[in-house]
Amino acid sequence: MAIFSVYVVNKAGGLIYQLDHYAPRSDTEKTFSFPLDLVLRPHDERVVVAFGQRDGIRVGHAVLAINGAEVNGRFTADGKDVLEFLGNAANYPVSIRFGRHRLSSNEKLMLASMFHSLFAIGSQLSPEVGSSGIEMLETDTFKLHCFQTLTGIKFMVLADPRQTGIDALLRKIYEIYSDFALKNPFYSLEMPIRCELFDQNLKLALEVAEKAGPFGPGS
Amino acid sequence: MSRSPGRKQENHKISRELFVLTYGALVAQLCKDYEKDEDVNTCLDRMGYSIGVRLIDDFLARSAVKKCRSYSETADMIAQVAFKTYLGVTPSVSCSSAAGNEFSLILDKNPLVDFVEELPAERASLCYCNLLCGVIRGALEMVHLAAEVTFLQDRLKGDAVTEIGITFLRKPEDRKHKRN
Repeated sequence: MAIFSVYVVNKAGGLIYQLDHYAPRSDTEKTFSFPLDLVLRPHDERVVVAFGQRDGIRVGHAVLAINGAEVNGRFTADGKDVLEFLGNAANYPVSIRFGRHRLSSNEKLMLASMFHSLFAIGSQLSPEVGSSGIEMLETDTFKLHCFQTLTGIKFMVLADPRQTGIDALLRKIYEIYSDFALKNPFYSLEMPIRCELFDQNLKLALEVAEKAGPFGPGS
Repeated sequence: MSRSPGRKQENHKISRELFVLTYGALVAQLCKDYEKDEDVNTCLDRMGYSIGVRLIDDFLARSAVKKCRSYSETADMIAQVAFKTYLGVTPSVSCSSAAGNEFSLILDKNPLVDFVEELPAERASLCYCNLLCGVIRGALEMVHLAAEVTFLQDRLKGDAVTEIGITFLRKPEDRKHKRN
């Protein structure tokens, strides 16, 4: 049972706080010889596995490092194009690390504002007047829970689908926000939260919620 | 005044005298800094406003109240829950307009003025508790309710009771898409 991450979005839809609490590390590093039996293709700014899943290397995993040196998007650390490098027999045997690409902070900002808009659309689509926005988004690998306060701040928690007690956790995060962020006189409203005490107390609250497990209070 | 993490709903009490003295010192210092009463009043209101915009989230987080659906519900909430939680007094609410957007809170006990008898002669138009008006105004603004809050009557000025007037202003544009 795990809580993956916490996002706090301000009234305007900007991300003001983000915490990755638990990221299932699924990197695999393997040595390959020519020819490569995986099919790679470029995707956005990365090189991803298109076909040939094996040994923990899944379709969709990105090339993270070649011979220990982290790749820079589609180029190796030396500046060579990754696909060209891997197409050249002279470079083998080569050790490549594959893994799930982690979101950059810009991507997180963008996704948070998109969710903010979807949240508003959710409440407008409702056949009932005065409906709330999206409260939960469920997929097969995680559940996203969202709580919007009456002042317009949204707290989002991404957790394992079997994790319970998230509603209580969201209220607790609201309390922690009102204590350690708002009562800090040097914190300006709507700005990114950079308060050490907020971090510490949030992590503590997440640990408590995780320990409560699937038999915890609430839903 | 840091709290230990993992604390439940205990109220962390400090001495009420300290709070009243702090407020008194604040007003006294402002009187020294500004000559005109209006300036002191404005300053207190502004300070109250920045307190109110932060206090509202604390209030909502701890009291878990539902959204108020009318002005009179809001005024009742302020008087019966908020004042009780933060100042320990419960003013009485009355609606003072046919349109239903003007309310007054009558305070028979005001802890902030426990040790103040009356205003000095040269400070006749000072609103001693103007901070409270700012707090209410700031808090209401954060839940998308614009309001004007002033002291209608003040015991310190010789009136019979202390009365705070809240006038909810109607916003020109439709608030529907903001309130979800």
